[in-house]
Amino acid sequence: MLCKRIIPCLDIKDGRTVKGTNFVNLRDAGDPVELGALYAQQGADELVFLDITATVEKRKTLRELVNRIAHHINIPFTVGGGISSVDDVNALLQNGADKISVNTAAFKNPLLIGELSKEFGSQCVVLAIDTRQEEDGEWYVYLNGGRTKTDARCFDWAKQGVELGAGEILLTSMNHDGTKQGFALDITRQLATKLPVPVIASGGGGTMQHFVDVFEQSQADAALAASIFHFKEIGIQELKGYLLEKQIVVRPC
Amino acid sequence: MDLVIIKYNAGNIQSVLYALERIGVNALVTDDYEKIQSARKVIFPGVGEASSAMRYLKEHKLDAVIKDLQQPVLGICLGMQLMCAYSEENDTACLGIFDETVRQFMPPATGEGSGLKVPQIGWNNIFNLRSPLFSHLPENSYCYFVHGYYAALGEHTIATADYVQPYSAALHKDNFYGAQFHPEKSAKVGEQILKNFLSL
Repeated sequence: MLCKRIIPCLDIKDGRTVKGTNFVNLRDAGDPVELGALYAQQGADELVFLDITATVEKRKTLRELVNRIAHHINIPFTVGGGISSVDDVNALLQNGADKISVNTAAFKNPLLIGELSKEFGSQCVVLAIDTRQEEDGEWYVYLNGGRTKTDARCFDWAKQGVELGAGEILLTSMNHDGTKQGFALDITRQLATKLPVPVIASGGGGTMQHFVDVFEQSQADAALAASIFHFKEIGIQELKGYLLEKQIVVRPC
Repeated sequence: MDLVIIKYNAGNIQSVLYALERIGVNALVTDDYEKIQSARKVIFPGVGEASSAMRYLKEHKLDAVIKDLQQPVLGICLGMQLMCAYSEENDTACLGIFDETVRQFMPPATGEGSGLKVPQIGWNNIFNLRSPLFSHLPENSYCYFVHGYYAALGEHTIATADYVQPYSAALHKDNFYGAQFHPEKSAKVGEQILKNFLSL
């Protein structure tokens, strides 16, 4: 039976792993390659590396980093952050990335999703969506690492992205990110049950029960978290043991 | 060269190369016929779409080269599917090494298997293991799969996985082996499978 996936996420800035709360207040969390290899060894099912560096040197350094990761890691990994063209993706895949995630550039130019899925296959194209629930109760799409609000509704954009060729959705709730108060169950459930592609829930995982909730109540296909793993609050082995006890199918470590 | 990876327009060649490096094995990535034919072992990788991959192989006359290989050959994912007779993916006639037909996953509208997503992405268990390719591995080992099309169970099935219905996780006929999953991304289990292939 296909397993639910546990995915540590590594935010990279200037070659180091960093982690913030609600998208700000960054703290250093170590070397991404060492950390990634450690997670793979501990039983992570996949890794996501998001480059949040904003310099012009970024492209070259990201390629080098991806190459280093690919040499050391024996599980699949996704790379995202500032990807905006077929050439960008080609270079990352050539250096050993398995999937890439697109966010702002895809929103500004939705045809990019189609181009990428046609060129590399939809299994390789993850559409990352940062979303925030506003006072009107609606979930809106945010761009530029959560700094720019749009008028687009999260579900509508996710659906359009899938129709254009995205093979997976990485859904981050900005209301929940870094709070450790649990995942955004409602919007995750909406996407996971109504879209024909896997949905990775992100933002808010703080206890092992939160992971049970997002798998059971929201039917997420995968759950992503960062700080709880980086700061050793919950071990991957411990988490998977707990999920197995709760009858959730995960790959044993 | 002992080990050759066939170079063509498929996506995961680097990953396979690096996975081999991690177990201490160097491989040559090439589309040179002579080097492929004279290798002791050949890996035929693949992530991508069947019809464009077959077109590329034919244009470069690699289709005939692959079919005639006598040494152990391991097809991975799309590589395995291309070794089958036919793929429903864009109505593609394939190499015909295995008799199996490659079909699209069609989750039923209701009942068991409904709501399953296509492509299958993630870790699934493999069982009914019947080959030295799986030496030292227990039944229900977990492997990483990414695919929307599958080869049905048949006489060449040497491992089964279950998604929508039971299907071939691996195939074997004569010197040809195929794995639907990605050993290069399947952690320790995948490393063991690559080692097993290398010691066939």
